[in-house]
Amino acid sequence: MGLENRSDDNIITTTVDKVINWGRKNSLWPMPFGTACCAIEMMATLASKYDLSRFGAEAIRFSPRQSDLLIVSGRISLKMMPVLKKIYDQMPEPKWVISMGACASCGGVFDTYTLIQGVDQFLPVDMYIPGCPPRPEDLIDAVMQIQRQIDSGELPKGTLSDANSASVTG
Amino acid sequence: MSEEENDTTSSGKSPVVFERVKEQFQDGVLDLSEEFDELSLVAHRDSVYEILEFLKNDAKLSYDFLVDVTAVDYSQMEDVLTKYDYARFMVVYHLYSYKTGDRLRVKAPVHEKELSVRTVTSLWKGAAWLEREVYDMFGITFENHPNLRRILMPDDFEGYPLCKDYPLRGRGERETFDFERQNA
Ligand code: SF4
Repeated sequence: MGLENRSDDNIITTTVDKVINWGRKNSLWPMPFGTACCAIEMMATLASKYDLSRFGAEAIRFSPRQSDLLIVSGRISLKMMPVLKKIYDQMPEPKWVISMGACASCGGVFDTYTLIQGVDQFLPVDMYIPGCPPRPEDLIDAVMQIQRQIDSGELPKGTLSDANSASVTG
Repeated sequence: MSEEENDTTSSGKSPVVFERVKEQFQDGVLDLSEEFDELSLVAHRDSVYEILEFLKNDAKLSYDFLVDVTAVDYSQMEDVLTKYDYARFMVVYHLYSYKTGDRLRVKAPVHEKELSVRTVTSLWKGAAWLEREVYDMFGITFENHPNLRRILMPDDFEGYPLCKDYPLRGRGERETFDFERQNA
């Protein structure tokens, strides 16, 4: 702070990390992975009424290489899980994962032969949203919590569990 | 519309389509029924293809649209089993006629020991995926099908999930499925 006392009012000092995190949290680029009804609520969140752009996260990318927030919203089947894993692997770090709704988080009511009982068996999930489906407010809340994590300098789970998270099996 | 010729809800008298099919395929027809204004026809496995072909190509009936192909596992329904000589499955075809607006359900009992029916892809190309789904879910094969492999489940999946003896939670596929190899 000493430096600021000696400079003009329009100059602040900070750390590079803080500036980068500030930019990062206000421009999350979501990669939507909507496979079921939860995706409808995700779309509502992005549309004008709930307007996720107020939180800087409206630029939806359907290319994993241009996004840093994976929103898994819906049921993931046995056959779909490798696809989801591949998409997650293609996202550049740092990257965050939101598991939206009961199905993505634990299989929901679909305790059946073909449904993954929670994507966290294969992906490092940063934020779970309960509900069937969760309301748009819940998704906004999850995004805001991720923003808070970024702001505090916390690393996403994916980075902590080392590059070889692929070895985690169900 | 040709209501006089093809009246399916006529009071008392048998629908025209039943009359026509019966006179063409006496022994091939096992049962005809009309319930809730819906017509069902149970055909012998060996004649079901010819019957479908007739229903499609007959100028008056003209059941030109194949709505769905599916199957039912009757292994736990004793009354149906005894009625059709202990055939475990029924392959079900739903037909619709754009010309008359009539619908018809055609069923064919299939025994477990000869688990196959002739494909109808030569009549309706759209049957290809529907029959693949029946194969995927019940293990019923379709003779001369152009590309009979699983459609919903992974290619190396074992078992047929919609059979009544298949457990709801599977046989451990969720735990043993090889995600890495599929990913490669
Ligand atoms: S949690 Fe509910 S709303 Fe969401 S995908 Fe599952 S069934 Fe649909």
